Amino acid sequence: MLREFTCIMCPQGCDISVEFEGATITSITGNKCAKGEAYVTQEIENPMRNIATSALVDGGDLPLASVRLTDVIPKDRIFDVMAEIRTVELSAPVHEGDIAIHDVLGLGVDVIVTKDVDAA
Amino acid sequence: MKHVDAVIIGGGPAGLAAAIELRKKGIDDILILEREKKPSGILRQCIHDGFGLTRFGETLSGPKYAARFVREAEALQIPCLTDTTVLEVTPDRHVYASSSEHGMMEFEAGAIVLAMGCRERTRGAIRIPGTRPAGVYTAGVAQAYINLKNKMVGRKVVILGSGDIGMIMARRMTLEGAEVLGVFEVQPYASGLPRNVEQCLNDYNIPLSLSHTVTDIRGTDRLESVVISAFDEHMQPIPGTEKEYECDTLILSVGLIPENELTWMAGAEKDPGTSGAAVDENYQTTVPGIFAAGNVLHVHDLLDFVSLEAEALADGAARFLKEGSLPACNLAVRGNELVSGLTPSRISGEDDVTVSFRVRRPLRNCTIELVQGDTVVKRRRMPKALPAEMIQIKLKASDLSQTDDLEVKVTC
Ligand SMILES: Cc1cc2nc3c(=O)[nH]c(=O)nc-3n(C[C@H](O)[C@H](O)[C@H](O)COP(=O)(O)OP(=O)(O)OC[C@H]3O[C@@H](n4cnc5c(N)ncnc54)[C@H](O)[C@@H]3O)c2cc1C
Ligand code: SF4
Repeated sequence: MLREFTCIMCPQGCDISVEFEGATITSITGNKCAKGEAYVTQEIENPMRNIATSALVDGGDLPLASVRLTDVIPKDRIFDVMAEIRTVELSAPVHEGDIAIHDVLGLGVDVIVTKDVDAA
Repeated sequence: MKHVDAVIIGGGPAGLAAAIELRKKGIDDILILEREKKPSGILRQCIHDGFGLTRFGETLSGPKYAARFVREAEALQIPCLTDTTVLEVTPDRHVYASSSEHGMMEFEAGAIVLAMGCRERTRGAIRIPGTRPAGVYTAGVAQAYINLKNKMVGRKVVILGSGDIGMIMARRMTLEGAEVLGVFEVQPYASGLPRNVEQCLNDYNIPLSLSHTVTDIRGTDRLESVVISAFDEHMQPIPGTEKEYECDTLILSVGLIPENELTWMAGAEKDPGTSGAAVDENYQTTVPGIFAAGNVLHVHDLLDFVSLEAEALADGAARFLKEGSLPACNLAVRGNELVSGLTPSRISGEDDVTVSFRVRRPLRNCTIELVQGDTVVKRRRMPKALPAEMIQIKLKASDLSQTDDLEVKVTC
């Protein structure tokens, strides 16, 4: 099968053309670096993404702290993880690097805070 | 009135990077003036990932990227007056600012760094007809509501313009449970980066319609629907293509405008190509001792380039403070018809310089040549070039002549 990908691993956004059978790539062109091939391999097998969103903060000078995942998760679990993040409320102060949810939904990644929010 | 060696206007990534680098170059007396309650500029609301790959070799969220600079500035004890708006800058480098805490303040600056960033184009700037209901936001304003204030702006959303911030907001609102009906772009190509088309739109099955735009806005109190029409290659609506989309929210992502009111007050000349100040290779405007970098100079798509540019500016500003002036830059920099947003506009030919520009439309297999007289100083072939991506080319002093203007020629 022949498929075109846009690599999202860096701002260059290379157009990558791939021929593959099952999960085996038989030819690949257009990627400027090895990360492109790794990305495409993952896309063919099981697309993975990180997400950035916010978690509620109680008693902070802002009502929200931005959060992200420590690593990528399967694309089809994104909305499950969003729902889970919506259930937590952190207490101010919170600090960049704090863990908001440990091992979210057993996916092996943590939800971590990416911004300091001081107590109000 | 107080004398300060270097006054920095704006505590976003450009202002912070310039301040830190000036201090490292031995300038002790620095003051940052910032309108908001905290430094970090627009980044505090850009919670998504993808900043810092060039500058730090890892990908960071906006707040985390900004925090690195804020912490370093704090560690170096660089003073920053927040909640302080600069109202005027004069050609002889007096800065007038006001804050509720200190009232009116006047500073006499040895050098001034303009780092005020940019603002978004609004509905007025693109003249969409129709009623004026609530529910029409620029992408950055919607981003601030959702990411800073926890206010969801709507449930059924149309996005006008395929700028990066609009696409990022399409994803953000989808994650928050809104239905994004589509992104509509009047140009025949996306104005943001291909990776954002992929990871913000395609990942969530949000359709992108090129050569389409909003031709009517309907609703009395709250937005009820928008009408979208297809446009031809002359940017005229094609009759009979109108389609009505029911929605409660319209997000505009139709471009950024450098925030240059202070720049013009100071008497600096404008560069018609960038809408920012005309600067030389030291990022000095046409007014001696007044420098500009970051989004106030030209709109960047990559934050890392903002930081690197501000750090380069600090070289020139520090030298100006130590030597009292900078060498004249008498050679003009010009681009051909496929080049837009070219900066700097003048160079000396005696120093290394980074030339930044964009291509005017998407190109395949083009050649970029930087030419002085009959000499090609640098040639680069590009399989693909997009207006969304700023191109930067570094030139070495040893390759440059001191007699001929520099021309940037893009051919296809
Ligand atoms: C909504 C939005 C989203 C963006 N998303 C991305 C992205 O996803 N990825 C990316 O790489 N880039 C993104 N950018 C661009 C990136 O954020 C900018 O390149 C970067 O923030 C520019 O830095 P700056 O310091 O030049 O300007 P800014 O970050 O805008 O900082 C300017 C500062 O100056 C202050 N200021 C302005 N006028 C005055 C005054 N008169 N007195 C005192 N202070 C003043 C402002 O309050 C502000 O803090 C985005 C830009 C915007 C507007
Ligand atoms: S292939 Fe490499 S250079 Fe190209 S977009 Fe992917 S990571 Fe960037």
